[in-house]
Amino acid sequence: MAEQNGQYALELRGISKRFGRVRANDDINLGVKAGDIHGIIGENGAGKSTLVSIIYGFYTADSGEMLINGQPVTIQNSQQAIAAGIGMVHQHFMLVDNFTALENIMLGAEGGSLLKEGEQQVRARLLELAQTYGLEVPLDTPVEALSLGVQQRIEILKALYRQARILILDEPTGVLTPQETDDLFKILNTLRDDGVTILLITHKLREIMAITDHVSVMRHGKMVADRATAQTSAAELAELMVGRKIKQQLERQAQAPGQTLLQVDKLTVIDHKVRRVKEVSLSVAAGEIVGIAGVSGNGQSELLQALAGILPFQAGSVQLGETRITPQQRKTPDELRALGMAHVPEDRHRMGLVLPFAAYQSAILGYQDQPRYNNRLTLKQHYMLDEYSERAELFDIRPRDERLSCSNFSGGNQQKIVLAREFQADPSVLLIGQPTRGVDIGAIEFIHQQIMAMRNAGKGILLVSVELDEIMTLADRILVMCDGLITGEVSHADANERSLGLMMANATQEASA
Amino acid sequence: MTSTRLHNGLMLVLLPALNILTAFIVTTLLLLAIGIDPVAAGKIMLDGAFGYEEGIGYTFYYTTNFIFTGLAVAVAFHAGLFNIGGEGQAYIGGLGVALVALGLGSHLPAFVVIPLGIVAAALFGAAWAAIPGYLQAYRGSHIVITTIMFNFLASSLMVYLLVNVLSPAGQMQPASAAFADSAALPMWHDMLGWFGISFDSSPLNASILLALACCVAVWVFLWKTRWGYALRTVGMNADAAVYAGINPRHMIVLAMLISGGLAGLVAVNELMGVQHRLVLGFSAGYGFVGIAVSLMGRNHPIGIVLAALLFGALYQGGAELAFEMPTVTRDLVVVIQGLIILFCGALEFMYKPYVQRFLLRFSREEAQA
Repeated sequence: MAEQNGQYALELRGISKRFGRVRANDDINLGVKAGDIHGIIGENGAGKSTLVSIIYGFYTADSGEMLINGQPVTIQNSQQAIAAGIGMVHQHFMLVDNFTALENIMLGAEGGSLLKEGEQQVRARLLELAQTYGLEVPLDTPVEALSLGVQQRIEILKALYRQARILILDEPTGVLTPQETDDLFKILNTLRDDGVTILLITHKLREIMAITDHVSVMRHGKMVADRATAQTSAAELAELMVGRKIKQQLERQAQAPGQTLLQVDKLTVIDHKVRRVKEVSLSVAAGEIVGIAGVSGNGQSELLQALAGILPFQAGSVQLGETRITPQQRKTPDELRALGMAHVPEDRHRMGLVLPFAAYQSAILGYQDQPRYNNRLTLKQHYMLDEYSERAELFDIRPRDERLSCSNFSGGNQQKIVLAREFQADPSVLLIGQPTRGVDIGAIEFIHQQIMAMRNAGKGILLVSVELDEIMTLADRILVMCDGLITGEVSHADANERSLGLMMANATQEASA
Repeated sequence: MTSTRLHNGLMLVLLPALNILTAFIVTTLLLLAIGIDPVAAGKIMLDGAFGYEEGIGYTFYYTTNFIFTGLAVAVAFHAGLFNIGGEGQAYIGGLGVALVALGLGSHLPAFVVIPLGIVAAALFGAAWAAIPGYLQAYRGSHIVITTIMFNFLASSLMVYLLVNVLSPAGQMQPASAAFADSAALPMWHDMLGWFGISFDSSPLNASILLALACCVAVWVFLWKTRWGYALRTVGMNADAAVYAGINPRHMIVLAMLISGGLAGLVAVNELMGVQHRLVLGFSAGYGFVGIAVSLMGRNHPIGIVLAALLFGALYQGGAELAFEMPTVTRDLVVVIQGLIILFCGALEFMYKPYVQRFLLRFSREEAQA
C-alpha cells in the first residue's frame, strides 16, 4: 500500500486481532481516501465486523496502528471515535424506541443539565443538516412509529450532528426496500459530494458495484484485494470473496405442481394486540416453492409462526392435508410435526437450536419424543450420535464433531444442523424462514440446492425471506407481503426486482405516512 | 477441538480451586486481624471435621442435607428457575414424615413405614414447591419472590401446627410426640456394626445412601432422558422449547415438583435419622446453603457432592472451632462460610479471563514446540 498519507482519511496498518484461537483480523492494511465511498465486502465471518469494531473502539487491536488524516490515533472507546470524527450506523439501530427523533439525536450530547437549553440549538442544526443533505425526518414523533428507512436516517443524522467526517455503515440495506435503498444511496452520494468519507460494509455485491469508488475484499480475516470499483466486476469480487469460482445458476427442473398440500384461508394473527397478519390466504402444492417476499416486520414472521403452531391465530383456517386447523382446534408444534410439517425457523439462535447443547443433541430438537430416539426411559445416545454423524457427512457440517456445542459452529454450519434435521424428517410440507441469513456464500449455494432438491422430490415448500435474490432464485410463485397483507403475486418467470420492490414498498409508505 | 474440551475441563477444576484458595487466604487475613492463630484454627477445623470418627460422622451427616438441598436448587436451575424456597420445602417435608411416622409408625413395620416416610417427605416438599411453580408458569409471578414468601409461610404454618396441633397435651416444648421405633432409620454406626466394624456413635444415618442415589437419579434424569432434555431446553432457550413442541409451563411445574421433593428429603435425614420427632426449625438454614452448594458445584451432581462435603466439613469443623477457641464465636464461623460463598458463588468467574489467557498461552507454546 502506498504511503501517501495526506490523501487517506482513514488508514489502517497491520491491524491484527484474535479471539482465542481464531484470527479474526490478520495483518489488515486499508487506506480509505478522503471523500470516497469505500466498500468492504466479505462473507459472514470474514472479519468485517471485527475490523469496524476496532475502528469504532469497541475492540482494541492486538497489534497495528490506525491513522486519521495521516495522524496516528488510538481509539479505545466510542467517545474517542466520535471525537476523532468517526460516526457509525449500526446494522441494528441504537435508538430508544419511545423517544422522539430529536431526543434520540440529543442523547449523550444534551449540552446542559436542562434539556430545554440544548433543544433549540439541536433543532436549528438539524434543520440545517436536513436541508443540506436531503435528510428530512419528523423530529417530534416517537421513533417506534417511524419506518426503518427513516430510523436509519436518524442514525445518520446522529453521526452528522456529532460532526462525523468519516461515516461507517454496517450492512445498511438489510432492512430496506429496494426503493428505500435507492434513497439511501442518494443521501450517501450527497454526503460524498460534501466531502464526507464513507465506509460501507456489506455482503451484497450489487450495492458495491452501484455506489462505491473503491472496494476492499476480506476473506478469512485477511484483506485479499483492493480494487477501484470501475476496474472490477461483480463476478471477480464474488470469486475473491469465496476464494473459488461459484456457480450462480441453480438448476430448475420444470415440473407441474401436484395436489395442494397446504391451504391457508383468511388467516389473521394478533400478537401483543397488533394485527400482524390480516386475512391472508395462500396455498402450497406438492413440488412447488411458494416464496413470501417483503421487508422484514411486515407479518411474514408471524404468518410462519402461526402456521408452525407457535403463535395462536385468531381467525381463518388452515388445511394441512386432511387436517383442518382453526383457532378453536389448534395444533401444537409437535402435533403438526406428526402430521408431516417441518419448520426451519427464521432465527436459528432463538428457536432452531439450543446453543449450549452439543450438536447431536440439538439435532433431535422437536423430535425428542420419537420412538427411534428413546428407550423406555432413557435417550438412545448412540443412535443419536450415529445419526448425527451421517447427517454431518451428508450436509457437510463442519467441524465433524458431534459433541461440540452448537454455539461453536459458524452460522452456515448451524443452519445446516437445523436444515438437516428438518429435511431428514421427510415432511410433506416444509416451512422455511430466512434459510441463508448470516450464512456464507459457499453454504448458500449448497442450501439452495438442498431446498430445490426437496421441491423436486415433491414437497410443498413455503419460503419466507427478506433477500429478494433468494426468493427470485428459488420460488415458483412469489407472494409479496406488506403490512400484514398479501399485496401481490407473480410467477417465477415474471418476477423482476422493480415490480416486487413496488409491491413491497406500497404499504410501507402508507404506514409511515 | 479436543484441546478446547481439555481447556473447559481444566477450567472446571482450576476455577473452584482458585476461588477456595482465595477464600482461605482472606479468612487467614481476617483471623490474623482479630488475633487468632490461623494455623491452629485451621488444624482444629480440619481435625474437627475429619480427625476422629464422630467428627467424620457429623461431617457426612451435614453433607447429606446439603446434597439434598443442592440437588433441589440444581434441578430448578436447569429449568431456568431460581428456587430460593428449599428451606420451606424441607420444613414442610418434615410435616409429611411426621404424619406418616405418628400415624402409622406404631401399627406397621419399619420396612413399610420408612419408604412411606420418604415418599411423604418428597410429596410434601414437592407440593409446597408446586404452588410457586404453578404461579410462575401460569400467572407469571416471579419464582424468587414466591418461594421466599413460601419460606415464611412454611415457618408460620409449622409453628402453628407444632404449638397447637401436634404438640402432645401437657408438653411445653414446640415439638411433636416421639416417633415409634419403626420410623427410625438405621444409624451408620449400627450398620457398620452388622459387619463387625466398630464406629463411634454419630448422627450419620442411612439417608446419605438415599442422597447419593438421588445424585445418580438426577444425573440420569437431566442428561439421559427425554424429560430431562425437555427440561434443560426450557431452561436454556424457552423459545426453542416452544418450537420443539415442549410446553414450558409443564416443565416449570415438573422442575419445581422434583426440586421441592428433593428439598423435602432433608426431613428424612433430620427427623427419621436423628431427631425422631418433629421439632421447631429443624431445617436450620440447610435450604439456603443449598443455593451456594449448587452454585459451587456448577449445578452438576458430582460438583454438588464435592461442594456439599466442603460445607459439611465447614459446619462440623466450624462448630468444633467455636467450641475449642473461646475467642471464636459461632458468628465468625458463619463469616468464613460467607467468604467461601462470596468467592465461589458470587465471584465465580472472577479469575476466568486470567486462567483462560494463561491456558491459551500454554497451548500456543505447545503448538509451536
